[in-house]
Amino acid sequence: MSASGIRAGHRGTAVVTGLGVVAPTGIGARRHWESVLAGKSGLGRITRFDPAGYPVRVAGEVPGFVAKERVPGRLVPQTDRFTHFALAAAEQALDDAAVDPQALPEYAMAVVTASSSGGTEFGQREMERLYQQGPSWVGAYQSIAWFYAATTGQVSIRHGMRGPCGVLCCEQAGGLDALGQSRRLLNTGSELVLSGGTDASLSPYGLVAQTMTGELSTADDPACAYLPFDAAASGFVPGEGGAFLVVETATSARARGAQHYGELLGYAAGFDPPADSGRPPVLASVIRRALADARLDPADIGMVVADASGVPGRDRAEARALTEVFGARGVPVTAPKVLTGRLYGGAALDVATALLALSAGVVPHTAGLDRAAPEYAIDLVVDRPRPLGPGTALVLARGHGGFTSALVVAAGNRTDVAP
Amino acid sequence: MAEFTVNDLKRILYEAAGTNDDVHMNGADLADQRFTDLDYDSLAVLELSSRIEREYGITIPDGDLSHTMTLREAVTYVVARLAEVKV
Repeated sequence: MSASGIRAGHRGTAVVTGLGVVAPTGIGARRHWESVLAGKSGLGRITRFDPAGYPVRVAGEVPGFVAKERVPGRLVPQTDRFTHFALAAAEQALDDAAVDPQALPEYAMAVVTASSSGGTEFGQREMERLYQQGPSWVGAYQSIAWFYAATTGQVSIRHGMRGPCGVLCCEQAGGLDALGQSRRLLNTGSELVLSGGTDASLSPYGLVAQTMTGELSTADDPACAYLPFDAAASGFVPGEGGAFLVVETATSARARGAQHYGELLGYAAGFDPPADSGRPPVLASVIRRALADARLDPADIGMVVADASGVPGRDRAEARALTEVFGARGVPVTAPKVLTGRLYGGAALDVATALLALSAGVVPHTAGLDRAAPEYAIDLVVDRPRPLGPGTALVLARGHGGFTSALVVAAGNRTDVAP
Repeated sequence: MAEFTVNDLKRILYEAAGTNDDVHMNGADLADQRFTDLDYDSLAVLELSSRIEREYGITIPDGDLSHTMTLREAVTYVVARLAEVKV
């Protein structure tokens, strides 16, 4: 029985016992959560390179991250920045959960991450060496640093987690899919899954690759660059960083005497039909299936953490799905990712934020927005956090091309926030 | 041509594959350790070879340096290659 009063379903209960955050809103779950409550934005003009000649100049960068202070020295030159973020966030999450991986069976622990950009900064550097100086100048670690699974592998090796590891490449929906997969693994013999995702695609190559979707904002003012559901929405801002979560069976958590932030109650995913097919997007049906999986009705949901694309057509589609399932203005909706920009593996960060919100009993506001455009008919929480109704959250995430995922989480029994 | 010592090897190895802050061994202490004893794998030695080739202008055929060698053996090998270039 969780704090939300919802009974465990037909399968083993998957609970989140640890959070690790490396985000534009701060390093550490506590600092991130303080930024969310204060509406403190991490968006600004790109500083990692001079963005003057690029169509996109505003992004969410992680402030003050020094890899050699947070990552084992060996792994700094051997891995990309996205893996640096992941190693730091994974370690935080394990510390927060008070898990000692050496005390658990190595094949009962797995690592499942989301990544859809890989190690772009590392890759760019090595490609420059290739075309400027020749093949012998390309570093040996390019072979393992750039690709999507690099983070999963390094985290798995570092913590001795040899269960069924993997990476999900589902564009910006992947963070939810990784958690859905984690829950599935707990039903097939794994006891603990370290899951989440991070990105670091704010190198010139990484940024240019992202602009190909045509969905990124070209605004120069960080305060106006990412305004989902607003009449002035003009696309989204890319972010870096992400989150890791320790997901384990309630039995495992109980055996360790660990409290948890919440349960992963329901999950569903779908894929949109082609835009010219005449068929509707799948979001509404994915939400219904996630609710059914959680054995909840729409009225049981306390808040929706929206995908909040910032692309007007995509915002309209999301608002339509929400009103279809919940009714007009039928559920509080929030979009904390306006503070960080959008992440590829980072839907996991939205789940971390949702769990922190459930623990605190509030719906965080969508900072910087006055109100949703009236045509959307959603109850967007603005100005200040709002007291939470039912202790459950629905987190939505969509990725370019049609990826669509939904995760339902319910409040746990933990009251102290991670350091 | 410059000589090549265990300390040169150590510097290039650290640049190539990193070091953990808790390791503060001097070259003499390291010399009889194998790369594997120090947790450097075949990839680390591949990157090391490539950097020595570039810095010293020699060719090191694949497999000539191995992670099962001691650092002293690797240094002896490189010194021999350098002597060949000189001739």
